Amino acid sequence: MKRVMLVLATFMLLAIPAFAERIICASTTSTQNSGLFDFILPIFKKTTGIDVHVIAVGTGAALEMAKRGDADVVFVHAKDLELQGIKEGHFINRHDVMYNDFVIVGPRSSGSGFQGLGKASNVFVKIADKKYPFVSRGDNSGTHRKELSLWGKAGISPKGNDWYMEVGQGMSKSLRIASEKHAYSITDRGTWLSIKDSGLLDMKIVFEGDPLLFNQYGVMAVNPDKHSHVKIREAMAFIEWLISEEGQAAIGSFKDGKGNQLFTPNAN
Amino acid sequence: MDFILESTKQAFLLITSFDNELVSIIVLSLKVSGLALFLATIIGLPIGTAIGLYRIKGHSFIITVLHTMMGLPPVTVGLFVYLFLSRSGPLGFLGFLYTPAAMVIAQMILAAPIVASLVHSAIINVDPVIKQASITLGATPIQASMAVIREARYGIISSLLAGFGRLMAEVGAVIIVGGNIAGYTRVMTTTIALETDKGNFELAVALGIVLLLVSFMVNAATHYAQRTSLIPLT
Repeated sequence: MKRVMLVLATFMLLAIPAFAERIICASTTSTQNSGLFDFILPIFKKTTGIDVHVIAVGTGAALEMAKRGDADVVFVHAKDLELQGIKEGHFINRHDVMYNDFVIVGPRSSGSGFQGLGKASNVFVKIADKKYPFVSRGDNSGTHRKELSLWGKAGISPKGNDWYMEVGQGMSKSLRIASEKHAYSITDRGTWLSIKDSGLLDMKIVFEGDPLLFNQYGVMAVNPDKHSHVKIREAMAFIEWLISEEGQAAIGSFKDGKGNQLFTPNAN
Repeated sequence: MDFILESTKQAFLLITSFDNELVSIIVLSLKVSGLALFLATIIGLPIGTAIGLYRIKGHSFIITVLHTMMGLPPVTVGLFVYLFLSRSGPLGFLGFLYTPAAMVIAQMILAAPIVASLVHSAIINVDPVIKQASITLGATPIQASMAVIREARYGIISSLLAGFGRLMAEVGAVIIVGGNIAGYTRVMTTTIALETDKGNFELAVALGIVLLLVSFMVNAATHYAQRTSLIPLT
């Protein structure tokens, strides 16, 4: 009996890999949930032999995590914060990688008056004016920050109003809450495409196309001068691959389960 | 009702297909929680026994603390372990963050108080004559303790199963310190959380059913082993 226990214990101890030859990429939940990484990372591994482990959290959390040295590269969509991080010396070697856009969504039963308003911020003005319920990510994600910038452009401070709900959840969940509450919200097109026909939502796009809704993704490495343990060689290899012809082609050829291209490569 | 039937059907299909990814997720869950329980037992069993058998100073205080720690919120434990294992933290040099090792550490901390408390309960319910008789027959304190442990073995095994059940079911700690990395730190509960987040409800429920089945099988195997005396605990 003792021998069985000993064998079991040894098996368990040996079976847990404590270390791994890998780089850690801090990215966002919407990028992860789109399935992009599941598609492009095996291609990268085949070309370079490097394993990339993606930790998907909100954009704000991803940047903070990287600043603490808990990641080797960052792949988010908050260009202003990324550039600020570069300026402050936390990150190096930033490149644009790909883009898509945000869309404003609302109850299927709402009218078509929003598209004619011309600017995304005007839509927000109308929502605040009529006190329509609005669901915000409220989690410092890229989408949340885009939403806040639009409120800023509209000259409105929505916090504290009953009609404004900060849910602190991922995009998919937030949209389901919005649907339940017959509320408006803002989402990246990728998540919208993946969920709109699932039967879970009673919503539609009410506004799209404003350049303000442009969503740029960027990649950068954690500065090895700040954190000497960063695997800088592999991190740079990942960045170089993402902006290379092969990487950009991989991103462009990625399609979701319904055949939609979710991201447009734009590293030039 | 439709949804439940659909999910059960999907669970059945998942299990019988022996899908590679599912199997590796289940195996990792068992490894992480199993190893964490093993380590928690090494810590908790001696403590629970010592407090149960001997009048140590601060006796009641220790027991109260142990019982309180049984209710440690997993997400809080996860946060603290994260802060310690982060590169900016004191144990960052280990490089354990976002590896299964970090998950084992967090779960070990969760399970140790449970094992200690429940072992203590099992020990104090043993007839005191066992300990006294052992000492009369010339046993050392360690040998006397082992006799009492042997007597309490069914209660102790139940404590370990309770600890194991709690670990297999928790998600807050392992998702924070493990990072839910596909193929590396993704376990049953974190997969359920992810699929729920993505709106794949049927898959999430199916995984929940699988999780319950796995737990059931572990419990059944253990009880069978107890009944047929495969676990004599000497």
